[in-house]
Amino acid sequence: MRMYCRQIFLALALLVSFTGQVLAAQDADNLKALTSQLIAANYAEKEQLAGQIAALDDERVLPILSALLEGELFYKKDDEQILIVKGDAINNAFSGDAVDVPGKRDKKKIGVNNSLRGELRSLIARAQINSRKESVRLDAAANLLKNSADVELTLVNEALAKETSSDVKDILSLVRGLILLKSEDQAERITALELLDGSLYPEVRASLNQFISGFSEEEIKTRKTEYTAATKSLASIETLVEMNGYIENLYFGLALGAVLLLAAIGLAITFGVMGVINMAHGEMIMLGAYTTYVVQQLMPDHTGLSLVVSIPAAFLVAGAVGVAIERGVIRHLYGRPLETLLATFGISLILQQAVRSVFSPLNREVATPDWMAGTFMLNPALELTWNRLYIIIFSLLVLATLALVLKRTLFGLQMRAVTMNRPMASSMGIRTGWVDALTFGLGSGIAGIAGVALSQLTNVGPNLGQAYIIDSFMVVVFGGVGNLWGTLVAAMSLGVANKIFEPIAGAVLAKILVLVFIILFIQKRPRGLFALKGRAVENG
Amino acid sequence: MSAIPKHIENPYVLYMDGVSVSFDGFKALNSLSLVIAPGEMRAIIGPNGAGKTTMMDVITGKTKPDSGTILFTDTHQQEYDLTRFDEADVANLGVGRKFQKPSVIESLTVFENLEMSLKGGRGLWAALVHKLTPERAAKLDEILDMIDLSDKRDWMAGSLSHGQKQWLEIGMLLGQEPDLLLIDEPAAGMTDEETMKTAELFKRLAQKHSLVVVEHDMDFIEALDCKVTVLHEGHVLAEGSLATVKANQQVIEVYLGR
Amino acid sequence: MTRNDNMGPLTRLLMNDAQGRKLLMVLVALAVIIPFCNLVFPQDSFFHISTYTMTLLGKYLCYALLAIAVDLIWGYCGILSLGHGAFFALGGYAMGMYLMRQIGDRGVYGNAELPDFMVFLNWQELPWYWFGFDQFWFAMLMVLLAPGILAFVFGFLAFRSRVTGVYLSIITQAMTYALLLAFFRNDMGFGGNNGLTDFKDILGYSLQSDNTRAALFIASVLAVIIGYLISRFIVTSKLGRVLVAIRDAESRARFLGYRVEYYKLFVFVVSSMLAGVAGALYVPQVGIINPGEFAPINSIEIIIWVAVGGRGSLYGAVIGAVLVNYAKTYFTGAFAELWLFMLGGLFVLTTLWLPKGVVGLWAQIKEKQQIRKAGSAAANASAQGDVS
Repeated sequence: MRMYCRQIFLALALLVSFTGQVLAAQDADNLKALTSQLIAANYAEKEQLAGQIAALDDERVLPILSALLEGELFYKKDDEQILIVKGDAINNAFSGDAVDVPGKRDKKKIGVNNSLRGELRSLIARAQINSRKESVRLDAAANLLKNSADVELTLVNEALAKETSSDVKDILSLVRGLILLKSEDQAERITALELLDGSLYPEVRASLNQFISGFSEEEIKTRKTEYTAATKSLASIETLVEMNGYIENLYFGLALGAVLLLAAIGLAITFGVMGVINMAHGEMIMLGAYTTYVVQQLMPDHTGLSLVVSIPAAFLVAGAVGVAIERGVIRHLYGRPLETLLATFGISLILQQAVRSVFSPLNREVATPDWMAGTFMLNPALELTWNRLYIIIFSLLVLATLALVLKRTLFGLQMRAVTMNRPMASSMGIRTGWVDALTFGLGSGIAGIAGVALSQLTNVGPNLGQAYIIDSFMVVVFGGVGNLWGTLVAAMSLGVANKIFEPIAGAVLAKILVLVFIILFIQKRPRGLFALKGRAVENG
Repeated sequence: MSAIPKHIENPYVLYMDGVSVSFDGFKALNSLSLVIAPGEMRAIIGPNGAGKTTMMDVITGKTKPDSGTILFTDTHQQEYDLTRFDEADVANLGVGRKFQKPSVIESLTVFENLEMSLKGGRGLWAALVHKLTPERAAKLDEILDMIDLSDKRDWMAGSLSHGQKQWLEIGMLLGQEPDLLLIDEPAAGMTDEETMKTAELFKRLAQKHSLVVVEHDMDFIEALDCKVTVLHEGHVLAEGSLATVKANQQVIEVYLGR
Repeated sequence: MTRNDNMGPLTRLLMNDAQGRKLLMVLVALAVIIPFCNLVFPQDSFFHISTYTMTLLGKYLCYALLAIAVDLIWGYCGILSLGHGAFFALGGYAMGMYLMRQIGDRGVYGNAELPDFMVFLNWQELPWYWFGFDQFWFAMLMVLLAPGILAFVFGFLAFRSRVTGVYLSIITQAMTYALLLAFFRNDMGFGGNNGLTDFKDILGYSLQSDNTRAALFIASVLAVIIGYLISRFIVTSKLGRVLVAIRDAESRARFLGYRVEYYKLFVFVVSSMLAGVAGALYVPQVGIINPGEFAPINSIEIIIWVAVGGRGSLYGAVIGAVLVNYAKTYFTGAFAELWLFMLGGLFVLTTLWLPKGVVGLWAQIKEKQQIRKAGSAAANASAQGDVS
């Protein structure tokens, strides 16, 4: 008995799949036939044909209808082959193969008028929402949400009934809610309010706002349940949106902090180890950004790859310049920090002018790879840009790498030894001269890497470094020298503080407030948040 | 300035009790207690890191102790809590300090260095309209004579030899007319002859002032012939004459034995 | 070297200061000759000095006074301020506000009470901090007080908490940067981006007339002379020696019983006021004051004037300011691209090889000459001895 059941089940399954295939094959033939009829049909006939095409079960239906809508559906004059033309690419509408059409006059567009366009749009929407691919249905639902005013309730209801994916269902029920909200029937409106409650989509917020503002004084009393429900859900939405605003600000702040961290970290190292302030540090950042530009010019077709190549390249270029500066100038000025400050300022002027002379004083554009452009959605009301996320991750990676280098390598050990007690390190056989040069190179190299990151955020120009140097100083002063942890905390808190003040006080005033805060802060903690204590300080 | 009720029976210039200082967990001074009598000369010895320099820092107001009492009595028998004052105040109360590295103003002349150190006239206005009176000029000549730099009075201090700088700094201490002198390794960089001369000078000074001398040079301490305090890990290990201290078993272990 | 403590406070100023005396003589000569040549000789005369040149020289003199102010704190007290441009600009704004009020109803909008930019911003009344600036004496008081009070507050906080060295330099830079951003804002009421300009007259005299220009030039010379004498008075006093002590060995000065923070504060405030006066004289001569004067790079440039001239030498600062600014005028005109290379190179070269500036270089050369002279004289003497 059991065996039978199984056999019957199998046979049935075969039958079903077979008929499915047969039907699909039939649809494919019908698609070709119906589409070909479009060539000769008038607009009224075309509407009918489009309806028939839309009813077919074939994945080529959507592209063909969309092409028709966009005026991209053509036919070849000699063999009446149906073509989809996208810019220079001409393909067979059914097979997708490239078709060679020698002259412009050898093909002709299949015309559409406004009435047909309207029909096509609704057909496409219906086809999309019925598509077998979930991603297509999701897009379609989102589209319906944006244009809910033009959507028929039946379409939504049908789709909802069939829908299996909960994501799509959620959006569709919002569409339903939006449509029902405009209903004449009170019960339906109340259903709508239930459906819409708690959604963060801007469309929902806008509709609710409109709904509430539509109430007259009297109606507020007569339709009290509706009114309170609507205001309540709007209020809860507003709270959530406000929260989103804070999250967004925090995100911006962290991204700014990441930039500051990248810019300041090299400075913290050179200052911490050698006790010198490198005023040309900003120009090391600028050199890194220009290196990115040059690398991108060398490999124009690989934006993403060029960015990856730029990271070591910028490190090497800026690092080499850093070593040269140390060996050429700073070495002669140890123990005279103020003079070092002035000499490196001179170097910064020379580097700026050099870049101006070589590249031009105008800003250079550095392209952003696709994977860094665009946004990702945290919730319907909060979209965050990818590039900021990458910068945050990147800065933390750089910090972690650097921490590893300092903790785990011989060079790192020597560097820390020199930071803590230079004469002792020297007498232990550490060649402090080389440690200084390499430290300076390392600090400058990291600035170069910061330049790569900045090239993705701002314009690359000769003054790029100047824009960040004072902020970097602030980070170092705030965080305390020679302490990566301090630099991280300082950079992030200054970044976030800046972005928190910004909406309250405006961008410029926010910056002023932060500067004033640091000037006052340094009175309390003259050596920063995480200052070294004890003898090391006395000698420093 | 707050006077503290006297509660210590014997007269003293400096009274330290239970003074502790720590830097990032490292105890530089660990419940240090020390009393210096008026007119006393005291030598402090101890291995590196015993807390000698930190002790001077807390007395002179450079470092604030975490806990403990530091009292100072001036010649008018007025008692002060030194932990409440900063360097300039402590100096003006009558505590002079000489650094380990000679610290003179290199781009001023010997005479100008000494003139700056002369007691009084610390205010802005006084400094701006300052004129050298004959009495003060005489005082300066006397100091110059005492430190053997009369012939170099118009030399830049920076061009003096190491030993001469040490002497100049001692001269500057004298100009301040302090009640208590704190002297950090005065014999460093001096020739044997200079060292002995310095010891003689200190003995003469001890008649009018109280002196605390930190030193490594045992010959020098022997020449000073005074009570010795041994510091170790921030507290007093032993106290007494050089001979008793040298015989102390603990001292031999931590210090002399090395 | 002779002692000069027992001389009267004024005689001691210029004794032992041969170069200073020369400098003052040159300045006095300039004050007489240049306005004379400008006003008396006709335009086509060989001896005529154009108003443009005179104003340019006047500008250099303002810079010279600014350099003296910076040298006073950096050269003598070791405070490297990277924000002195801010005091200069504040003095300039105080003067600019007076000049704005002097315009009266001759502005574009013809408002007797409000400057044009306020009318443009639809402001209804003068902000409280503009009151009094129609009075010359009040504006002049503010030229001293605005930078002085800022320097006092800033210095009090910084010196009391013993912020020194590069930390101090960095926060002075932050100070001027913050002011730069602040003055760019329109709501501050100082003309925002455009600053204050279109001045008409000062004390009732037209700023366009040669006579006024000549008077401003003479005022600038006088300001430099007075600034020089005040600074000289300070550095030759015992207070000056305390400053040097603070510069060379700050903790020694403390342990000698000097309240280092008061001394620093005093000289910082005096210096800021000198800078303010320089700014106040600068504005009527160039005809504009805008937030750009607060730019950190301006402040750093002042340092290079002093470094080139000779840090720790007051007349060196004057020479440095004039030299560098003359070079700037010349090179930005003739080889604009080269100027920043030159300026950058100057920074590096002076710090590496000319720690005492051209004044120090000059002294070195002279010393060598004397040694050579002495040497050759000795050789001559011995040669003669051989002959006889």
